[in-house]
Formats: sequence, C-alpha cells, structure tokens
Amino acid sequence: MIEGFVALYIFILAAFTGYEIISRVPETLHTPLMSGANFAHGIVVVGAMVALSHAHTPAEQALGFVAVLLAAMNAVGGYVVTERMLRMFKSSQGGGE
Amino acid sequence: MSFVLETGYLVAAVLLILGLRGMSSPRTAHRGLTWVGIGMVVAVLVTFIRTGAGNIGLMLTALVIGGVLAAVYGRQVPMTAMPQGVALFNGMGGGAAGAIAAVELVGGATVGGAPLVLGVLGALIGTVSFAGSGVAFTKLQGWMRRPVRFPAMPMVNGAVALVAVALGIAVIAGAQMDPVLGAYFAAAVALGILVTLPIGGADMPVVISLYNAATGLAVAFEGYLLNNPAMVIAGTVVGAAGTLLTLLMARAMHRSVFQVVGAGFRAPEAAAETGAEGGLLKGIEPVDAAIQLGYARKVVIIPGYGMAVAQAQHKVWELVQRLEERGVEVRFAIHPVAGRMPGHMNVLLAEAGVPYDMVADLETINPELPQADVALVIGANDVVNPSARNVPDSPIYGMPIINADQARNVLVIKRGGGQGFSGVENPLFTADHARVLFRDALDGASELVQALKQV
Repeated sequence: MIEGFVALYIFILAAFTGYEIISRVPETLHTPLMSGANFAHGIVVVGAMVALSHAHTPAEQALGFVAVLLAAMNAVGGYVVTERMLRMFKSSQGGGE
Repeated sequence: MSFVLETGYLVAAVLLILGLRGMSSPRTAHRGLTWVGIGMVVAVLVTFIRTGAGNIGLMLTALVIGGVLAAVYGRQVPMTAMPQGVALFNGMGGGAAGAIAAVELVGGATVGGAPLVLGVLGALIGTVSFAGSGVAFTKLQGWMRRPVRFPAMPMVNGAVALVAVALGIAVIAGAQMDPVLGAYFAAAVALGILVTLPIGGADMPVVISLYNAATGLAVAFEGYLLNNPAMVIAGTVVGAAGTLLTLLMARAMHRSVFQVVGAGFRAPEAAAETGAEGGLLKGIEPVDAAIQLGYARKVVIIPGYGMAVAQAQHKVWELVQRLEERGVEVRFAIHPVAGRMPGHMNVLLAEAGVPYDMVADLETINPELPQADVALVIGANDVVNPSARNVPDSPIYGMPIINADQARNVLVIKRGGGQGFSGVENPLFTADHARVLFRDALDGASELVQALKQV
C-alpha cells in the first residue's frame, strides 16, 4: 500500500508540514509545544496494538504487551502534562489582558 | 469496511496535524491539544476494529495499567519537574517503537524490502531515544549530578555505534535469529546511554528535544513496517517539528546540535578555569538589601531554576507588588533557557500570576540593564555569567546571557557559594558591585518583604 515513491511523497510532505507548523512559534510556547509533540507521537499506541494483536508465541506476546504499555504511557502522560501547562497559560492570559 | 477504517486513520492524521498547528499560538493552544486527543481516540478505536482484537485481554490490561500509571504521575509531577516528565514520556514512546519492531522481527513477518530496512532503522532510533531519555530523566531528577566520561569513551562509543550498525545490517540481510536481534537491541540501549552520559545539564533541553524528534521519526519508520499511514504521517510531522525546535533551542544557547550530541565522541576537554578563583562573595543583610531595592527607580529581576525549586515565585510576586507600591519600576528578565527548558520559566511565572507585560525577553531587557539601579538575581546562575562574554575557554562561552553585571548594583539571593547547573564558576557573584543574600530563594524573598516594611 505505501511503497516506493508514494512512501517518499508522504514522508516529504509530512516533513514540510511539521516544519511549517513550528517555524513561527513564540519562545513562551516551546515547552508546552514540545510536550504536545510528545503526545502526538503517542500515536505509536496504534502500532503497538497491531503488533500485539498478531503476536502468537509467549515471547512475542510479552514484547507486544511491553509495547502497548509503554505507548499508552507515552500517549496518556503526554496529554496530561501538556494539558496542565496550557491551562495555566490560559488563566494568565485572561488576567493579563 | 476497509474504506471506513482507512478513512478513520485519515481523519485521525488530519486532526493530529491541525491540533499541532493550533498549539503554536497561545490563543488556540488548548483547542489544538483537544483535537490531537480526539484524533488519537479515533485512531485507537479504528485499530480495535481492524485488528479483530487478538490478545484483547493482554491489550486492555496494558492500556489500562500504562494509562493509569501515566495519568497519576502526570497529574502529580510538579511544574518545576516538567522537563523530566517530558523526557520520561518521550522515552516510553521510543521504547514502544523499539518493542514494536522486536515483535515484528521475532515473528519473522516477512515484509521485505524498504519497509524492513526502515523498521530496523526505526528500532535503532527508538531504542536509543528510550535509553537516552532515561538517562536524561535521571540527570534532571537530580539522581545523577555530573556528566560521566572516561578517557576511552570516544573509542568505546564509536565501537558500539559500529557494532549496532553491523548487527542492523545482519538483521536486514535475514539473520532474524534471537541472539542477533537481542544483541542488536542491547547495542542500541548501550549507545543511547553512552551518548547521553557525558552531556552536561545545561545542554539537557536540547537533548530532550532531539530525542523527542527521534521518537517521532522512529514511530514513522515503524509505521512503514506495519503499513500504517497514520503513524507515518504523525511520526514524520513530529520528527520534523521536533528537529526544528531542537535547532531553535541550540541556537538560543549558541551551540550546534553536533557539539551537544558529539560530547561522547570527543576527548574530554580540560576543566576550564574561569578566572573567578580567589574572588570573595560579599554578603549583605536583608535590611540593607531592602534599602537598595526600596529606594531604586528601576529593578530588574532575573529568576532562575533556584527560585522555582524553592517555590518562591509567589513570595517574589508579593515583593514586586510592595516595590511597585513605592513607585519602583520592576521588570522580570527571562533568559530563553531559564528553568530547565525554553519557556519553562514563563510557565512558572504564569503559575504565580505574574502578568505578561512585566516579563521581558533577553533582547528587550539587555539594552535596559545599564539604566537599572538593581539587578536582582534569584536562583539563576549560568544565564547571568559574564564568562560567556569574556572568557573564550569557558564551556559556556558564546552563549547569550542577561547582562546583569551592567546594572548599577547586583543583588544575588543564593544559598551558598556553589556553582550553577553547568558546573561553571560565576565571576558576577564576586564582582565589586555585587552583594549576596545567603538564603534559600523563599526565605530570602520573605525576609525582603518583611524588611521593606521598616525602611
């Protein structure tokens, strides 16, 4: 499905997208944004679930379990931490403006 | 059915990108995060349906345990510890990417060709990010104080890197036996640890950001291995965004990324002398400090991590309000890497309720410092160290600093004669016009507030 040049197109276009998204961010938001990007690669949880779903031997199942466990922590932790930081910025803006 | 599922992944990918876009402005940041979250939930639901949920018991158990652990830690981690929190969760993502590759390779899923190559490469990058982020976490958490290095380190690191690459090629060439795979992952873990060990505390933000980008890339590569476009797109976007963030941060510290990451591949430099030897710290009592502040026209406060650790930002804000009542003009000066990460100090001040317009960045404040009567340094060290301007062999030479030394008087609140996070002496503290109030940031600020009432 994603092979050869199509894969390359997707890769390059996505890379440009990422670059453009960040190119004019105020320094104030660097930490929350890094944390938010951290949350976004929590999408790895989807791959971990796929890998575990077709694991057969106990060794594969153990590895797949670890993959899902770590990925879930990446996704949930990334969200919680980012949300806490952004909530503070919101309130400070409300008071400052 | 397949059409519906693929559409689900497409929607998820678009939401992730739009959400990240929203996060690049304070006004829309919170909404953006919500979109990323919805995208993630859609992707997970689609995956449940698509996989037919084999091993569903294991899967749900792992999701619940991981989710609950992360939610609990994420909720209770203090704002001052955000950088290590980010490092920790980032490492989890890298480890997940590595483990995915391990499952696929152990299972001998014959994908062949480019996806296999990318999957094996993603395993290396993800595992290095996992181990490296772990080391970064222990350093930022304060469990490991000094950069670790030994004379043979460049050779050892080079050798480990070569072994990892050779084993990776062997795996791609078809040697998917357990011992070879095990050695491959072990080499990747060793490489991540060895590369990160010699990197100093001041460079940690750059390293965390770099590993963040690396995890994104690893996720994208594992997406090719699994034929999963949502992972490819989201991972690549994060990889590119993270790379740019890393470059911006490195530039704020006047360093190149290669300088930072290459630390483990160079011979250790001789410990740099900063010429601060023999200088004496001159103490001051709270009353005298309060007089200096209370009768000043303009005071610039330079907060650092020391203030954050002592949770003194609320007391400092009270001090500022007292000074303003007396007609003193007060500004906060924030160095781009104050705290432990760019923007970290802004988060902490926002938490204390300091309004935005009182906070100035480095470029704005530096021209004003010669007109300031007092520069009040609270728990900051490296970001006000004039060695960065004057001493070419100092490890922080070239890093832009806040020119606190150019103010008419310098007041420093610090506990003792210790060095900053980078381990470098600071001649500012022994300068003729500098006085040190030997207190913890919280006690220092409280006593200043008290003393101000009397003067």
